[in-house]
Amino acid sequence: MMTDQDEELAQAAATGDRAAFAALLSRHYDRLFAFTFCLTGNRADAEDLTQDICAALPAKLAGFRAEARFTTWLYRVAVNAAHDRRRRTATRAKAADGWGDWEVNRREAIREEAEAQDWLTQAMTALPDELRDTVALVLGEDLTQAEAGQVLGLSEGTVAWRMSEVKKRLRAMRAEEDAI
Amino acid sequence: MSDDRDDLDDLKAALRAAPPTPEPLKKEADLALAMKNFDDLQGSRDGARPMSDAPKRGAIGQGVIKMLNALNTRGGLAATTALVAVGFAVLVVMPNVDQVDMPGVTKIATPPASDAVEEDIAVQPAPEPLGKLAQQPARPRSEATAELRAQTGQSAPSIAAEPMMEADASSFADREGYIVRDDMPGIIPVQPEASGEDYANEAPSPLKVTSEDPVSTFSIDVDTASYAVVRRDLKAGYLPNPDAVRIEEMVNYFPYAYPAPDGAHPFAPTVTTMQTPWNAGTQLVQIGIQGEMVDDRPPLNLVFLIDTSGSMSDPDKLPLLKQSLRLMLSELRPEDEVAIVAYAGSAGVVLDPTKAADRASILAALDRLDAGGSTAGAQGIELAYQVAERMFDDGEVGRVLLATDGDFNVGIHDPDALKDFIAAKRDSGTYLSILGFGRGNLDYATMQALAQNGNGQAAYIDTLSEARKVLVDQLSGALYPLADDVKVQVEFNPARITEYRLIGYETRALAREDFNNDKVDAGEIGAGHQVTAIYEVTPVGSDAVLTDALRYAPAPDATGSDELGFLKLRYKRPGEDASTLIETPITAGMGDAGTEQRFATAVAGFGQLLREDKYLGDWSYTDAIALANGAKGDDPYGYRAEAVTLMRLAESLSN
Repeated sequence: MMTDQDEELAQAAATGDRAAFAALLSRHYDRLFAFTFCLTGNRADAEDLTQDICAALPAKLAGFRAEARFTTWLYRVAVNAAHDRRRRTATRAKAADGWGDWEVNRREAIREEAEAQDWLTQAMTALPDELRDTVALVLGEDLTQAEAGQVLGLSEGTVAWRMSEVKKRLRAMRAEEDAI
Repeated sequence: MSDDRDDLDDLKAALRAAPPTPEPLKKEADLALAMKNFDDLQGSRDGARPMSDAPKRGAIGQGVIKMLNALNTRGGLAATTALVAVGFAVLVVMPNVDQVDMPGVTKIATPPASDAVEEDIAVQPAPEPLGKLAQQPARPRSEATAELRAQTGQSAPSIAAEPMMEADASSFADREGYIVRDDMPGIIPVQPEASGEDYANEAPSPLKVTSEDPVSTFSIDVDTASYAVVRRDLKAGYLPNPDAVRIEEMVNYFPYAYPAPDGAHPFAPTVTTMQTPWNAGTQLVQIGIQGEMVDDRPPLNLVFLIDTSGSMSDPDKLPLLKQSLRLMLSELRPEDEVAIVAYAGSAGVVLDPTKAADRASILAALDRLDAGGSTAGAQGIELAYQVAERMFDDGEVGRVLLATDGDFNVGIHDPDALKDFIAAKRDSGTYLSILGFGRGNLDYATMQALAQNGNGQAAYIDTLSEARKVLVDQLSGALYPLADDVKVQVEFNPARITEYRLIGYETRALAREDFNNDKVDAGEIGAGHQVTAIYEVTPVGSDAVLTDALRYAPAPDATGSDELGFLKLRYKRPGEDASTLIETPITAGMGDAGTEQRFATAVAGFGQLLREDKYLGDWSYTDAIALANGAKGDDPYGYRAEAVTLMRLAESLSN
């Protein structure tokens, strides 16, 4: 199995093996991009986020320990990078004058964007960040709720609760759609 | 229920149906960037100053950028930054490409390399089973705990002990843990601003000509969040976005020893003048407002509404909050009352209203707080206000302190409804303050908006020393309001002052007529708070005057008053509808600037440097550092020393 060797490659890369790093990265790049697409819900943000991760990956690898599966670790790096990016966005938004305007504009932007896109993007964009992270892992990457919990640093119960929250919101979205 | 299942299935199917394919050029650029950073890392493991170490864009880089720009199908800044990185990669990789004849860009994706490595590794022991994963989080957490302990042990905040200060030497070390903040050091050279995110900050206050526009009006601002943002960015190794810098919030972050009020008003203005450090031909007029210290304040009723969701278990969240509250408890008076409500985890009333004298019960309740529940705390905020109202007696001050790492799922989902709810409770006498913990998930905009609606402050607590500043050193100010809707209006005398400009307060500007309109909302001031505003003024006849006199307007009458201007302040006592007026003329001999004013000036100059304002001439970070260093005063908590450190960081990053 190919994935069985990720951890070895990662450890080799962590100690400076250039070929190992190149192999690891080229093997996971497409998957990483697909995952960041799930996390962000649009191509432009996914590209930026993937770039962030690629840039930081060599340094982060130094901290990779073999007790974690590489993919789990990579998911975590990706989710953290997504948080970091959102935080920076939030910081910038905070510098805007009032939250009222900011929130109104944000919703307006989301609405306009959503109208132009398909149901998937619409559904993902409407979910709050933490629910989107969870969905990306559980549905997009097919992790168990326990595994997703590992990545997110949450208990399995919290992941389960989040997924039920996702269901609730999807139902509400459906109801809204049907009403139109 | 089957419908729910369908929704999830639909989403899953949609997510997995057509995973987007990366754009080849973008992928190549990303891979090249990663390899470049990988190679850099091998070269110098402690190369931690990306801003200054990054190679300057040379002739080759420019050429490559042009070439790639021509090839690229997509425009936009984000793509350009990636291409700049490719340019660097070529520059760096070229010298050691003895085994390849092409730049590293194309080399990476070749399959043979990975196949070879896979074969080598096939004989290696199998990887750890999944079960082991459960232990994984323990490592980063324990590291961070050690970090936290180091901070806890110190009696006064010390900059050296703050983890971020060590980032210079260790930013390439292990930071993948989800507790330690994710700085993404590798992307720093590519300016984060290039991602197309926008600010809506106001442009710096323009220069005003006194004879045309003699009146300046603004609301005070006791927020300090911009300083924390600037500090975080500088410590993370990059210069803050100029639009994120709010000078008044930076200046007002620091305590100043202005004379205390002794009259009928709850605060007193101190006006001083000094020579402008960055312009020999102008003067600074500083207005320092000191709120009275309240010795006989009514008892405080504090309800802590604490987020106990799973993510709060990180050492820099709930454990830091518990330590912060222990610190704060020792500052409360025996008759003050404390209650604790938890939400998002173990929801409910954790501690019924308890007198601060009963320390043991409160500490025991704090220890019982545990993060990691999975239930939604439905009525969190309503419950907190209910408890607060139960504690409320006449003349007492009630306040809910919401402590969270970003989960504002307090029971009211609609942001507008939440704001209305908080504003209504404010009008009935219970204020709200927000304490933000942890990094990454926090929504500063929401924090600030909620606190503003609740007449409270939004503070971001990242270390125990910041907790001490917010909850202990400024306890009474943060928790006991003195005056609402405080407005400042200055009228300059055109016979003495040709031009003036207010430094900062751009987002707090008020229309001239709003000063006397009590319906117009403005900033609040708390017990012991200081607020500082600085004007740069150009005296009549100075060679620093920037505008020419008008040909057809009459020259100002120079024989008039000696006053430089006239200061008016309006405020309302909490709960009152009508405002009170304070007036005082500003004269040249009113008072000379001392240490406090010089330090405030250094910070204002620092902010203007970060904002790249045009009024500073050759004045530099070095000058700001010298000015601040000479004006540290008592600085019992080390805030001013920290500011000097930040100035030094900014200086090195700006080179």
